[in-house]
Amino acid sequence: MPERVDFWGIPHTWGPPELYAYGIMGLASLVLLFRLYQAVSLWWRLGRAEKRWDQLHIRIWRLIQYAIVQVRVLSQRYPGIMHVALAWAFFVFLWGTILATIHSHFIGFLYGHTYLVYKLALDVFTAIFIGGAILAAYRRYVLRPRRLTLAPRFTYSLVLIVVIVLGGLSVESTRLAVERPEWAWWMPAGWLVAQLWLATGASDATLLDWHFGLWFFHLLSVALLFVTLPQSTMLHVITGPLNVFFSKLDRPMGRLAPQPQTASGEPLFVTSLRDLTWKQLLDSEACTECGRCQDACPAFAAGTPLSPKELMLNIRTALRRDGPQLLQRGNGANGVPALVGEVVQDAVLWSCTTCGACVRECPVLIEHIDTMVDMRRQLVNEGRMDSMLQEALANLGRYGNSFGQSERVRGRWAQGFDPPIKDARKESVEYLWFVGDYASYSATLSDITRKTAEVFQKLGLDFGILYEGERNAGNDVRRVGEEGLYEMLVHRNTAVLSRCSFKAIVTTDPHSYNTLKNEYPPEVLDGRPVLHYTELLDQLLMTGALKFSHRLGYTVTYSDPCYLGRYNGVYDAPRRLILATGCQLVEMPRCGDRAACCGAGGGRIWMEEQAVQERPSEARIREAAALEGVQALVVTCPKDVTMYRDAVKTTGYEPRLAVKELMELVHAAL
Amino acid sequence: MSQDIYVVIEHLRGQVADISYVLCAAARQLAAASGGQVVGVLLGHNVQGLAQDVAVDRLLVMDDPQLADFIPDRYQQALAGLLSAQAPRVTLFGDTSIGAELAGGLSVQLGWPLVSYCRSVRADDGRLLYISQLCGGKVMAEGEIPAPHALLAMVPGGFQAEQGKRTSPPPVETVASAAVGGRITLKQYIEPESGDVDISKEAILVSVGRGIQNADNIEMVQELAAALGGVVSASRPVVDQGWLPTTRLVGKSGKRVKPRLYLALGISGAPEHAEAITDSQTIIAVNTDASAPIFDIARYGTTLDLFDLVPALTEKVRQAKQ
Amino acid sequence: MHIVVPVKLVPDLVEELVIDASGCALDPDTLRLQLNEFDGHAIEQAILLKERGGGQVTVIAPDLEGVDDVLYTAAAKGADRLIKLCDHFGQAVNNHAMARAVAEVIKPLQPDLVLTGVQSHSDLDGSIGPLLAGYLAMPYVGYIAGVTLSDGRATVRKEYPGGLVAELEVTLPAVLGIQAADQPPRYVAFSRIRQAMKSATIEEQTVAALDTSGGPAVARMYKPEVAARATMLDGKPDEVADQLVALFRELGVL
Ligand SMILES: Cc1cc2nc3c(=O)[nH]c(=O)nc-3n(C[C@H](O)[C@H](O)[C@H](O)COP(=O)(O)OP(=O)(O)OC[C@H]3O[C@@H](n4cnc5c(N)ncnc54)[C@H](O)[C@@H]3O)c2cc1C
Ligand code: SF4
Ligand code: SF4
Repeated sequence: MPERVDFWGIPHTWGPPELYAYGIMGLASLVLLFRLYQAVSLWWRLGRAEKRWDQLHIRIWRLIQYAIVQVRVLSQRYPGIMHVALAWAFFVFLWGTILATIHSHFIGFLYGHTYLVYKLALDVFTAIFIGGAILAAYRRYVLRPRRLTLAPRFTYSLVLIVVIVLGGLSVESTRLAVERPEWAWWMPAGWLVAQLWLATGASDATLLDWHFGLWFFHLLSVALLFVTLPQSTMLHVITGPLNVFFSKLDRPMGRLAPQPQTASGEPLFVTSLRDLTWKQLLDSEACTECGRCQDACPAFAAGTPLSPKELMLNIRTALRRDGPQLLQRGNGANGVPALVGEVVQDAVLWSCTTCGACVRECPVLIEHIDTMVDMRRQLVNEGRMDSMLQEALANLGRYGNSFGQSERVRGRWAQGFDPPIKDARKESVEYLWFVGDYASYSATLSDITRKTAEVFQKLGLDFGILYEGERNAGNDVRRVGEEGLYEMLVHRNTAVLSRCSFKAIVTTDPHSYNTLKNEYPPEVLDGRPVLHYTELLDQLLMTGALKFSHRLGYTVTYSDPCYLGRYNGVYDAPRRLILATGCQLVEMPRCGDRAACCGAGGGRIWMEEQAVQERPSEARIREAAALEGVQALVVTCPKDVTMYRDAVKTTGYEPRLAVKELMELVHAAL
Repeated sequence: MSQDIYVVIEHLRGQVADISYVLCAAARQLAAASGGQVVGVLLGHNVQGLAQDVAVDRLLVMDDPQLADFIPDRYQQALAGLLSAQAPRVTLFGDTSIGAELAGGLSVQLGWPLVSYCRSVRADDGRLLYISQLCGGKVMAEGEIPAPHALLAMVPGGFQAEQGKRTSPPPVETVASAAVGGRITLKQYIEPESGDVDISKEAILVSVGRGIQNADNIEMVQELAAALGGVVSASRPVVDQGWLPTTRLVGKSGKRVKPRLYLALGISGAPEHAEAITDSQTIIAVNTDASAPIFDIARYGTTLDLFDLVPALTEKVRQAKQ
Repeated sequence: MHIVVPVKLVPDLVEELVIDASGCALDPDTLRLQLNEFDGHAIEQAILLKERGGGQVTVIAPDLEGVDDVLYTAAAKGADRLIKLCDHFGQAVNNHAMARAVAEVIKPLQPDLVLTGVQSHSDLDGSIGPLLAGYLAMPYVGYIAGVTLSDGRATVRKEYPGGLVAELEVTLPAVLGIQAADQPPRYVAFSRIRQAMKSATIEEQTVAALDTSGGPAVARMYKPEVAARATMLDGKPDEVADQLVALFRELGVL
């Protein structure tokens, strides 16, 4: 009967094989544990506390989704298949070892068919692993996608794991060559290789010598993997799942963590690694260097100094290099490069549009934006920003809008309506329309803003606006890192809102929408919904209250605004509306949760333009223009209108491709 | 005490500043009402032959090596002596980096009231009135020029320099210098960096937008600018296309400008552009689209095609200059 | 090195300006005040000098609406002492009166240097700087962009139209009218201002009755007529060109 035999064919010349096999592996494990402890303890000894232990069931579920099934990894075909082949083979090998240990020391069960199935599984995954390794090598050395770094440490890891697996296969095959059992076919890979051994015509004794040598080599290579794991790229097999397990559950993507505070309640600014939380440090150690975030990053594509991947790696390098010193000597450690400014440069931080594409892509759920904003807060605190941003913030502080215009003229666009647009501060309304800065003040957008009011009136909605009572909602103020100003704006707006009577807030601006919905104190809303206008109109479409009288018949494409789509999951409502106006919708290659950013978010619209290769908005226009027969790019965000109307001109697509706010289509079709 | 109107002639490195003629023009108006003479005061060293065309009845020249360069305290002392002796009714200064600080210091030293930002003067029933522009020109203040003596610091806009010129040289009297100082000394002059023009400092800007269509058409606009004695600036699309250097960009991502004339050709007036030109004294817009927002901020406008207008205008400007 | 920076609050031009019932002044109720832009540069220059060479910075402002914010912001930037001049400061106070009052406060402080904004848009009777210098009997240089200090002297860069710069040396103590600080005024984060509110104190000094002589009386205040939209010139290109040339003449650019 086939069965698993411990240490088959291993001579006792050096004493019992158990002794030195377990001795070597035990030693390697000790080294591994010790080094892991050193690395891991750095996180919590250096980093600030942060609660990430709650809701264990969700955390375990995420572990299954992201670390075991690896849905994020699989969302891209080639690298997905490649990685899953390696990873799942690795899981199977791990289980194989665990089962073998149970069999030999606790309950023997690897007999007969159980054993054969066990061996078959291991063998099949050996083949799958080799396939994955070939894909990996081809990708890294031949295809060489830009997002991957070509560093020796990857080669080391790849070679080592391949050597380990091939080593295991060789050991098995020599044994099969000696034993030549009739059930050898259950181990197809091993049996195939065994044929090679047999073909050499070597004697059983020679083969046994080879078997022993290879077995020992296999043992040593596994030990080497253990010992070098913390320094190698294989560390991610530990930190990746840890990061997934500890990923944030306490808030939606659209809510930033408030500014950290010191023990005495003063705002805390991130100046050194010590000011990051242990989870933020773990983020940096968890990065697999896969480069998916960098690939998706509009700032990187534009040629700015920002790469979300490099951001993580720079923090990691600093952590490993400076962490121990900081621990020993505290913040007084001289000569340690400043985290904000040196490890991560100002220009890197200011390049981010907070579009969330990196966060959406990262297979190990790294939270780039939170860390970025924490560091921006320090820049703002020190006044390290360009003069345009400075002026915008000063205007926001003084007038409540970035345009530097008086709040008294915020409602100027609303003049001349009959019936007049209600003042929601004085009358109760069903829908309180939070207009936002751009729609209120930008001369190029006032036409669209007026059309929005006309549509609302035609639909007979009971709505009103706050006139000069409204302030910028603060979404991007917060993301710029000016938390104090954000709090002031929230305070002003909530003071006004709390005195109004309304059933829902509606806005055309995804940025205002995001912060009102996700970040404003819940008592302001008191359970009442915040709606993007597309959601509201979509509801009316469903109930039949909204009916179109014209079919527009254009062929259009739609660009999801970051703060509507990726941040808040509103993908279908605008699409249903577009179709309802009688337009044909053609999707761009990057759509839905992968939609590319226009480049305006995170306060970038207030900053000086950087020297870039291609503006994100221009890249997007080209993407839209490349679609066959598309006449218009439809957007649902005032900032998008500004950015894309500019880009359609600078790229020279002006007459061919129009930029339309969906509201304009609705207005025309009504 | 006299009814004379004194004008402190401003000059810098051998050149009479334009504002001096504006002052003379204003002074003439005042003198006509007060019944006094217009007296020019020229401080400097080796200034014979300078300011031969200022429209004054007499020119007092104080020539002193000490006054070779504008040193605030020396100039102030020299003027204080002269003015307290002559006691003119009104003394005019340019509201400039030379005149403004002299006028302020003298107001305290002589105890004579001072009116700044004065854009125009007029006489009403024998009373002399000032009209000053405050709040960046958003409000005008009018009132009597204090008697018996007053100092006026004037800004351009109310009078044309031409009105303050005369063809024959004025009679010149030399007066002794009373310059004392010593707490301020000149170390050196630093010349402006030669490089591209600084559009934020130009008085006449001919600005082009996308309406210009292509790089070749820029030349046409350059000719107009040259005829006017101004320079060409642009909106972003023009700069983005590389038709003009970034130094010429007006707007949010470019420069804020404050010329006396901003001629906007084929510019729609997007807020990113408009916000940077609101300090211009006069904006004239040429845009085929009558509803373009540029017309909301322009003082004058036309919906003519710029390609029709610009050549005609260049021609007319050239003719007018001859 | 003790640097004193007297600052002014002026009407914010972003707001619609309203003339009051008397017709000779701005309606104070509709006014919104803000720090005079150039005074912001003066504060910045003072802080820069302190950061470079040490010393003490005192900021003085009249007690008007919003003055506390201005002073705390200065403290957040690094000003050491904040003085608020109380009583008698309505909008109607002219610069001569203000300069006399401020001079009385400054004299006992015995500053080495007084920095003010070179001008403000509401200086009907001259800017504060030269007046103050007169009352303090100190030398004055204005239109300055750039100051360096060395043993009892300031080296300043005075700007002339067209970009010419004169480098002048001034014996201290002196009053300087700042047009632009070496660096544009820095942004002060809200949290910093809040901190300053907790840690800094504003001293109040009462000023004796004001002497407003030295400035002109205003008989009438009005807004210049501005067409809401451009006056449109019609006609053939030649005709419009003629109109434009006439306009250019009127504007004095031809
Ligand atoms: C973040 C950001 C920063 C920006 N910064 C700046 C900036 O610093 N400066 C800037 O200028 N823009 C800036 N922009 C761009 C700005 O929004 C506008 O896109 C730009 O100002 C438009 O330039 P324009 O008026 O030349 O072009 P358009 O808006 O295309 O206007 C062209 C105008 O020319 C008129 N026209 C066409 N043909 C003729 C003709 N034959 N005769 C007469 N008129 C004609 C048209 O009617 C039209 O009104 C910025 C935009 C963004 C989003
Ligand atoms: S949020 Fe967007 S811009 Fe910022 S790093 Fe991530 S992908 Fe890049
Ligand atoms: S941060 Fe995430 S997506 Fe980016 S390289 Fe690292 S693991 Fe990949």
